[in-house]
Amino acid sequence: MSVLEVRNLSKRFGNLVAVRDISLSVASGELRAVIGPNGAGKTTFFNLISGFLAPSAGSILFDGRDVIAVPPHRRVGLGMARTFQITEIFPELTVFENIRIVTEVAAGYRLRPWLSAAEKAEVRRRIEETLPLAALSGKADRLVGELAHGDQRAAEIAMALALKPRLLLLDEPTAGMGDQETYEITQLIRRLHQDRKLTIVLIEHDMRVVFHLADRITVLDQGSFLAEGTPQEIAANEAVQTAYLGQAA
Amino acid sequence: MTAGEYRRVVVLAAIWAALIFAPYWMPVFGGYTALGSRVLVLGLGAMALNFLLGFTGVLSFGHAAWFGLGAYACGLTLKFIIPSTPLGLLAGTLVGGVAGALLGALLVRRRGVYFAMVTIAFGQVFYYIAFQWSSVTGGDDGLRGFARQPLDFSLFQIDLLHSDLAFYYFVLVCFAVVVAVMALILRSPFGRTMIAIRENERRARFLGIPIELHIWIAFTLSCFFMAFAGGLYALLNNFADPRVLHYSLSGDFVIMAVMGGMRMFWGPLLGAVVFVVLQDYLSSLTVNWMSFIGVLIVLIVLFFPRGILGLIRQRRTA
Repeated sequence: MSVLEVRNLSKRFGNLVAVRDISLSVASGELRAVIGPNGAGKTTFFNLISGFLAPSAGSILFDGRDVIAVPPHRRVGLGMARTFQITEIFPELTVFENIRIVTEVAAGYRLRPWLSAAEKAEVRRRIEETLPLAALSGKADRLVGELAHGDQRAAEIAMALALKPRLLLLDEPTAGMGDQETYEITQLIRRLHQDRKLTIVLIEHDMRVVFHLADRITVLDQGSFLAEGTPQEIAANEAVQTAYLGQAA
Repeated sequence: MTAGEYRRVVVLAAIWAALIFAPYWMPVFGGYTALGSRVLVLGLGAMALNFLLGFTGVLSFGHAAWFGLGAYACGLTLKFIIPSTPLGLLAGTLVGGVAGALLGALLVRRRGVYFAMVTIAFGQVFYYIAFQWSSVTGGDDGLRGFARQPLDFSLFQIDLLHSDLAFYYFVLVCFAVVVAVMALILRSPFGRTMIAIRENERRARFLGIPIELHIWIAFTLSCFFMAFAGGLYALLNNFADPRVLHYSLSGDFVIMAVMGGMRMFWGPLLGAVVFVVLQDYLSSLTVNWMSFIGVLIVLIVLFFPRGILGLIRQRRTA
């Protein structure tokens, strides 16, 4: 069954059509990469799925439910978590506190003026469960704003994971990273996908990462659907080579 | 106990000891008990404003409205309804807090300077009502004809009116209760969502926090605390005039919070100490005392953007 199903999605900004009539279906446990040259509409597409923008036309089904009218914070509650192209964290708080805020929100405690000892222990247990997923156990007491770029990205992914999502949306998880950091984040995403069977949709520029990780790839070009297939199919696709790989050469 | 926790306990003990013994050590430096009460009341107001400004990241420039409503409602209750200090305070808190809750609901979609502008506008509406409606509020002359009443514990009474010392301790107990409530909220899951919104609103939204609802709750709580401080202010002076609603007083609260250090819980109290003591001292020397405070603010904002308390902290960790 598909976790995410997008049908004929479009977004216009005035005369500019940023996303034109895109459909795709992501199966449970799948890792889908969305690629395309700059200006292909990838981030707009993400913003539509997560509810940051309202589409001009089309529908988005999450677990079979139409979520077009659901505001972003409620989509999170349904199990849709995202990260951003530019890392979005709480920089002046520690890693532990960052994860704690998310964990408490996910547990439904966000309006609570106090927690019982049992609830506090449960929150702590969940935080300690989340930290190792992103290899952050040793850095729990560090301010997130003072971590290396790669660790900040990992912290952001850990925050998304603390929401216990059914669908994880990653917007360029390796943006601005060196080789070593890219490798580590790639391994992290791979573990989430293979060990935890998490359904993931990611936007990525680094082709090594995409071909290494993705089950299937969707290619966008100038806001439109260009191709979809396995990494092998996409690598062999002539239209993709002309529009994307050709342009890079 | 870790070193950090140990230091925390020591600092807290020092703050409370200084407050508890203030009537005895202040005269050495030329202070007097009523000045101490004034510092506590205005400091509580600045901390109530900072609950919103420093911990949710939302700047209200009209918080005197809730302070003044609390003051008037307390005074009017004592004068016309029932001569009871606790009930006057309760009425002040409820009127200012509920008004803040209602108007806050109209505000929460505004951000930044727009939010600040609308809060000023609301504040000025109340100011002109108090100014014009002379038959009830006493207009420009202010509301007179009420006085704080003795606390009645049936076995014994405490006279708050004729003893500055008794009133100081009454204010200190009120202050302690409200400050404890604030501290508990800030350490709760809800308090952490406030800080999340301050740190990164977009991130908070995409973690599933309905931002507008949480800002509204924080605003409303802040208004209740503010109105309570306003009620105490009416008791302190046995008087209320339209200036307690004016935006210049809102500005004073912002100055106290920024000057003391708005990211720190106790910062605004320290700001209030400096502001009120300087005002008291300078206004006996010159009518232009505000220009001296102005210079001080400019210096602090330019050189110590985290406020006086922020500077002390920085020194210690450096």
